[in-house]
Amino acid sequence: MSSKKIIDLDNVVVKIAGDSGDGIQLTGTQLTNTTALMGEEVATFPDYPAEIRAPQGTVGGVSGFQLHFGKNVYTPGDKCDVLIALNPAAIMANINNIKWGSTIIADSDTFSEANFEKAGFTPELFEQIKQNNNLIEAPISSMTKAALQDTGLDIKTIMKMKNMFALGIVYKLFGFPLKYTEEFLEKKFKNKPELAEANKKVLQGGASYASAIQAIPSFRVSNDTRLKGKYKSISGNIATAWGLLAAAEKANLPFYLGSYPITPATEILMEIAERRDLGAKCLQAEDEIGGIVTAIGAAFAGNFAATSTSGPGLALKSEALGLAVMTELPLVVVDVQRGGPSTGLPTKTEQADLMQALFGRNGESPVPVIAASTPSNCFHYAYQASKIAIEHMTPVLLLTDSYLANGTEPWKIVSVKDLDEIKPKFAKEDVECYQPYARDENFVRMWAIPGTPGLEHRIGGLEKMDITGTVSYVPANHERMTMLRDSKVKKIADFIPLQIVEGFEDADTLIIGWGSSYGHIESAIEELAQNGLKLAHAHIHYINPFPKNLGEILEKYKRIIVCEMNMGQLANYLRMTFPQYKYEQINKIQGLPFTVNEIVEKIQKMMEE
Amino acid sequence: MSTTYEAKDFKSGQMVRWCPGCGDFSILAAVQKAFAETGRKREDFVVVSGIGCSSRFPYYMNTYGFHGIHGRAALLATGVKIANPKLSVWQITGDGDALAIGGNHFIHEVRRNIDVNVLLFNNEIYGLTKGQYSPTSKFGQKTKTSPYGTLEKPFNVGSLTIGAGGTFFARTIDVNVKENVEIFKFADKFKGTSIIEILQNCVIFNDGAHNKITNKDEREENQLWVEHGKPMIFGKNKDKGLIFENGELKIVKIGENGITEKDILVHDMTQKNPFIHLALANLNLPDFPMVFGIIRAVEASCFDDLLYQQIEEVKSKSKFKCMDDVFNSGSTWTVE
Repeated sequence: MSSKKIIDLDNVVVKIAGDSGDGIQLTGTQLTNTTALMGEEVATFPDYPAEIRAPQGTVGGVSGFQLHFGKNVYTPGDKCDVLIALNPAAIMANINNIKWGSTIIADSDTFSEANFEKAGFTPELFEQIKQNNNLIEAPISSMTKAALQDTGLDIKTIMKMKNMFALGIVYKLFGFPLKYTEEFLEKKFKNKPELAEANKKVLQGGASYASAIQAIPSFRVSNDTRLKGKYKSISGNIATAWGLLAAAEKANLPFYLGSYPITPATEILMEIAERRDLGAKCLQAEDEIGGIVTAIGAAFAGNFAATSTSGPGLALKSEALGLAVMTELPLVVVDVQRGGPSTGLPTKTEQADLMQALFGRNGESPVPVIAASTPSNCFHYAYQASKIAIEHMTPVLLLTDSYLANGTEPWKIVSVKDLDEIKPKFAKEDVECYQPYARDENFVRMWAIPGTPGLEHRIGGLEKMDITGTVSYVPANHERMTMLRDSKVKKIADFIPLQIVEGFEDADTLIIGWGSSYGHIESAIEELAQNGLKLAHAHIHYINPFPKNLGEILEKYKRIIVCEMNMGQLANYLRMTFPQYKYEQINKIQGLPFTVNEIVEKIQKMMEE
Repeated sequence: MSTTYEAKDFKSGQMVRWCPGCGDFSILAAVQKAFAETGRKREDFVVVSGIGCSSRFPYYMNTYGFHGIHGRAALLATGVKIANPKLSVWQITGDGDALAIGGNHFIHEVRRNIDVNVLLFNNEIYGLTKGQYSPTSKFGQKTKTSPYGTLEKPFNVGSLTIGAGGTFFARTIDVNVKENVEIFKFADKFKGTSIIEILQNCVIFNDGAHNKITNKDEREENQLWVEHGKPMIFGKNKDKGLIFENGELKIVKIGENGITEKDILVHDMTQKNPFIHLALANLNLPDFPMVFGIIRAVEASCFDDLLYQQIEEVKSKSKFKCMDDVFNSGSTWTVE
């Protein structure tokens, strides 16, 4: 391996992995930013243990960050072309995650018998890896030490900078500049210039090392397919927070978020806390119920209010969500799904809260349910969820998941002035007698804000008399109000876009997906098309109500396959709603996203049957 | 619109559905009278509640009102106040709603010191579910769910409030309309979480629970009404008082052992150190009278004020003026 190979690729999947204290996630974020700034399409997938510091050197303690860039990037990629491993456990943890013949750059200073044993790595397995891949044993620890030997820094501090050495190697590998990360380091260590210098030195050391040992293949990735415009790298959680905030600004309403920290939704609360600089209000409540009920109180008082959580938190909020249904107040509830039930897999992804979102409340309690499908479109769907909540006076559930929340991709920056109008339905001050449950043609009641003279009224969780809103136990009235609440949500179908079909519309088979599997399904369909199999793809974002044309679409296809990361919740909901069709299923419940390959193989197998 | 109101201006049209003889009627009357006398506009009042007999209260008030879910009245109050701090927010709750299912919210509301007024109707029983013991039921009390007597020590609302860092605690009795109007008006002006415990009589499921304290023959001996700046004197003949000795409160008789009115402890509701307030809140029969009136009212920063001050402060320093500024901040790139 003495000659330098230049491999031209459309896209590359690279993964950095090490102990959960090695600064892997920070390294990944830096790599993402630089890659995006180079104008590449990029998608990322951080993968870290639930424990803050799992035992060092074990497979359970490995933290990873995968990044996919190049052309037609819809997913963070299945298996990696390049793995940077900071210890043997990092190789072991990714053993099923590397492509045949991939390049593995590992810190050879950690190759001790004890570390191999801790990682559960047998000599035979290691030999096998060496034979099948391009393993580069790089003394990352000792070179980091050597780079900083004159600085007088203590060894603990020095070893924390190993990640920068690895990052330097990756930058050189792909011909990326160091300057963006150097700028970041200067900013981060503004008050400790010696640390900024040391980190930069290690970063440069990694790059120099990579060019010195020419054994490393250089990938050249080209990309020219993107839309014109200004971009920024965004994660699903930040996009969600911004979608909510943009909606409040557009509707000219003060914003309130009531939330409680929960993985993987917490960044939404953190970002909104940061946006106090724009007047956004938030409360880190004493519990999940506190998050939603304070939001309902704020909505009653005229703010645009939201709460963010994950599955276990949604379970705790369900009674209060029913209160929002009953009082018909605008509210957005974000559920960043994770593996369940119970505490389940807090840091892993799953799409198994759909039934909870649709039906997880007492009584007949209809709530619109919307699901985002990529990190960047979390912005769009959070915005649309807000618009529906405000204009239709209803709580709305927005489903994302851990994979979208933590994944990043380029987001084409929008301007609030170009976004859809949002018009709150305020009760008029001069009405003679405000009737809290009088409705417009879309079954929407008017919002009367405390502080407005003449509109004093009482609402609450007890059933209300139609129109007047007084407490009512009249049997026929309860049925009427139940129907009205249902009609109001159904009517939203008139205001959402029609379902679009991607892939080959004249295909016989329709793949249905929802949520974060969008990219994997699209990629699988592209791959299958290359093998001559034409498939159509309907990715459903509006789940309750469904788009009005969904029934017509289903009618057109001979076979319908529903692909989701659960046991078949959307498939079952479709069976309930459109029982005349047969639904086949592709499911995965491993806390991990689908790989493109899995979908391709399963569809191929189904087609043979 | 005129801002001079009478109590009847705060009556809603809805029929009041409490049992005849229920202590809630007097509390409703006192609240309506107090609201009329605050000088606030009717549209600026919001009355919220949880679940329980007392929580029907908002329906009977001609103000903005929100009847919530069990235990969560404090949260509705918090949300409303944060959304619009100009509103006068009143939270109606009971011993079950505030201290059992809503206990967590209660202590956090007090800890945050959000500027709302809490009327905690304490009848030491679950009334709406027909007679089960509550967190304030007396130890050993026999109820439908404690047929052999409870095994739980009751909460003292005052010590719970002060223990959670409370800045305001008052205790009163449902039928004392005159005193209640004054306490409510004071609470309305007071900045911070005003916890007002109202001993309320449930005529159906726990009739006479407070009888030892409220009955005509004994009430002067068993009630000590404190007033800021006045000595703490009680008794039929106004000849008993409290002194502080050897680290605890003691009852002395004026005229005996050389004790004069000057020796009696003077009530200072504004004392920051909660020691005496806590001791007063904890006094109980049979050795002591129960203490009523405003026991603690200490000025301190409240959450809603701090929040809005912080918003103004960070807004003035921020380079962001709208979401577009946020979108375009940090690293961006352009595809030509």
